[in-house]
Order: sequence, then structure tokens, then C-alpha cells
Amino acid sequence: MSLIGLVRLIRTTGRVAEPAPPRPDPAPGRPAALAGSVQVRHVDAGSCNGCEVEVAAAFGPVYDAERYGARLVASPRHADVVLVTGVVTHNMAEPLRRTVDATPRPRMVVAVGDCARDCGAFAGAHGVAGAVHDVVDVDLEVRGCPPEPDAIVAALRQVTGR
Amino acid sequence: MNAGALVLVVVQVAVMVVLSPLLVGVMRQVRARMEGRAGAGVLQPWRDLRKLLGKETLQADGTSWVMAAGPVVLLGSSALVCALVPLVGTTTFPLVPDDLFVVVSVLLLGTVALALVGLDAGSAFGGMGSSRHMTIAALVEPTVLVSVYALSIPVGSSALSAIVEARIADPASIASPVSLLALVALSVAVLAETGRMPVDNPSTHLELTMIHEAMVLESSGRDLAWLELGSWLRLGALLGLVGSLLVPWGIAGDVTVPALAVGVLALALKLGVIGAGLAAGEVFLAKLRLFRVPELLAGSFVLAFLAVTASYLVVQG
Repeated sequence: MSLIGLVRLIRTTGRVAEPAPPRPDPAPGRPAALAGSVQVRHVDAGSCNGCEVEVAAAFGPVYDAERYGARLVASPRHADVVLVTGVVTHNMAEPLRRTVDATPRPRMVVAVGDCARDCGAFAGAHGVAGAVHDVVDVDLEVRGCPPEPDAIVAALRQVTGR
Repeated sequence: MNAGALVLVVVQVAVMVVLSPLLVGVMRQVRARMEGRAGAGVLQPWRDLRKLLGKETLQADGTSWVMAAGPVVLLGSSALVCALVPLVGTTTFPLVPDDLFVVVSVLLLGTVALALVGLDAGSAFGGMGSSRHMTIAALVEPTVLVSVYALSIPVGSSALSAIVEARIADPASIASPVSLLALVALSVAVLAETGRMPVDNPSTHLELTMIHEAMVLESSGRDLAWLELGSWLRLGALLGLVGSLLVPWGIAGDVTVPALAVGVLALALKLGVIGAGLAAGEVFLAKLRLFRVPELLAGSFVLAFLAVTASYLVVQG
């Protein structure tokens, strides 16, 4: 796209972020140190990629989780929240454990989607080691198959308190 | 003179520590607005810093004391650059020159510290980031030196404060071809040195394309806070230097309360405008392929070299 075309697009599009819904109550046991700023490391433990689309949407311009102080980062060392999607497969159980160990305290583990909560459609499949709470301690869960971006943003807002 | 210079150094470092996270906040906010987002607000980098300082600092297996010392050296070198560069005023210590060679060597000290932090954990991405970082540093430092050298020839001094004072005294020299060529070269070098587009993408999550981010992947908690603040201070000081050379007005010539207050306000204004402009410009840029970066930097070196040549050929009126 030409430079002028891009300028025109920016000007005509304006703001696409939707108005912020009312602030949810903070999650019980939320560490006070995480108020206002939460770095998120996303771990796909064996997901069908349905939840990934919704997580990407939650951090996209329309839902804009960044305005509440949540940001996706590239390293668990930078993270405060480990956001896990999908059932935990045998191959991903140990990497998931190590990722959570590599995250400095205070930290929270958020299980996103029905698979992460209780194996969902994949319960009993041969490659599945279990749900996320079978492998690491889970602090917060988000329902849905896949969960709506709104629900993911609401869970993150319960951590940031914004 | 000494007491005045000491006051100025304390003011400059304190102001830069407050302003540079806000500068990064403004740049992220401008970018967010142009992308149609609401944005996290200009105070978000401060919230991030406060949170990082309250977190546990983990050391990866097999790391050495370099992992803890590197961030402190980077922060110290960045603070020293803030103290040396004429941002708020031009009063200097008689024995500590704010010479451009001193400034560039202090910058390089921070660059090396950061590269060592990247190497220390022994991860593949950290080593790749360090190697790229040093490659770019080796290409950038000559440009910075040569471009400021071009500015120093008409003044007859390589002290940055003397250059800025001469530009306040003779505003016509700012629009001279020598000055413009040197400033363009310096701006490209600053963009590369501080890891902005099109050389490095500060908001990337792709490890393979990272430069700055790859080196800090293994740092956490307090170490990460010092690395972030050190990089932000360096960005603020270098953009402030470009601002001081481009628009030298408002910089305090002596150390009095009104002059310093005007200097601080002028600095905040310049940083805000330059930061917002840079962030807006970055929206239109894609990151260059790594192997194209030397071409960009060679181009900026040619501009700096032309500036030096011109400064000998063009008689300053």
C-alpha cells in the first residue's frame, strides 16, 4: 500500500477498539505486585489452535487487552502470567512444567478453554497427559470452546485490576 | 563553576530518569492510536518498572556474575551519557570533558555489557542477538563519530556543549549543508543504536528476528528492570542529543533556577515531539532484512563523510 493510502486508511479508520466493559472484580489471591502491569507468556500445550485465534483477537486492536496493562512477551523470564491453552500432551507436560518454573514469582497460571480446564473433546485420547491442573497449579480458568476474546480479556483484567 | 556543573549533572540525570520511561510511553501510545487501539497510557512503562522491581530475580542454570553485573553497567553507562550530553544546560566540569569521543566510548561500554548479558546464559537466541548487536555497533560508532566530528570542525572543539553553544550563538549554522548532512547521518545512527525500526523491531515476539530483545530473554526481575531503564535512558539521551543539535534553544547557558526550569521544559517538549514523530514514522516502516542493514548504515556513513568533506570545502560565513 502506498504511503498516502496508508495515511488515508489510518485517518478514516480512526479508533477500532471497542468501549471498555465494566471492570471485573480482582481475582481472589491476586498478587498485589501485579497491579496495573501483567506480562503474559502464552504456552500452547496441545491445543487445536481454536483458542490461539481467540487469544490473538484478545490482543488485537478490537478487544485491545494492552490497554489494561497486559502484554504478550517472548520469554517466561519476563512474564507474570503463564496463559495455557489446550490439553496437555505427553510431549508438552515437561516443557509446561519448566516454563512455569522459569517464571519469576509472584506468578499466576491461567488455563484458557475447556480443553485446558478438563480435557474437553480430547478427554481419554491416547496422546493426552491430562488437563493443565494435572500438571501445574492453576490460579484462574476461562470457560468456553473456544472462549470469547471478551472472556480472556476479563480474566486478564481480574489480574491487572484495571 | 564546579558546583554549578554538579547541580546540572544531578538535574539532567534525575530529569532523564523521570522522562525517558514517559518518552517510551508516549511512543507506544502514539503507535497504538495509529493502529486504532486505545493504548495502555503513557505511564505504562513506569508501572512495568515498578512491578519488575517487586519481582523475584531468577538466574538460569550455569549463568555467572555477568548476568547481574551487566544490567548495572548498562544502567550506569546510560546515566553517565545522560550526565555528559548537553540536554538541559551546557555548563561542564573543567576536568571532565563532554567530548564526543568520551560519550561514544561510554555508549560502547553499555553496548558491550548488554552483549555479554546476552552471551552469558548460553542460549542460542541470546548469542545471536549479541552477535547482531555488536555487528550493528561496529557499523554505527564510526558514523556517530564522523557526523559529530563534522559538526565540530566549524566550532573548533569536539566538546558537545561547545558545539551546542556555538549553534545557539549562530542559528544560521544549523541550516548549513554540513549541519544537515551530519544530522541526517546521526539520526540514522541513533535509530540503529537504540534498536528502533527499520533496524530492529522493539515490539517483536519472533526470536529469529530479534536483536535487542534476544539479549534480554534470560533476564528477569530487577536485572530486567535495569536493562529496560538503561535502554530507555540511552534512547532518551541520544534523541535528546539530536534535539539539542537540531533545536538548541531553551538550553540553559548558566546554572540558575529559571534557566534550568526553561531547560527542563524545553527538553521535555523536544523529546515529546521527536518521540511522537519517530513513533508515527515507524508505523509506515517494515523491519529491514538483517543483511540490508549494513547498506543503510553505509549510506549514513557516506552522508557523515560528505558532511566532513563539505565542512572543509564550504567556508562558514
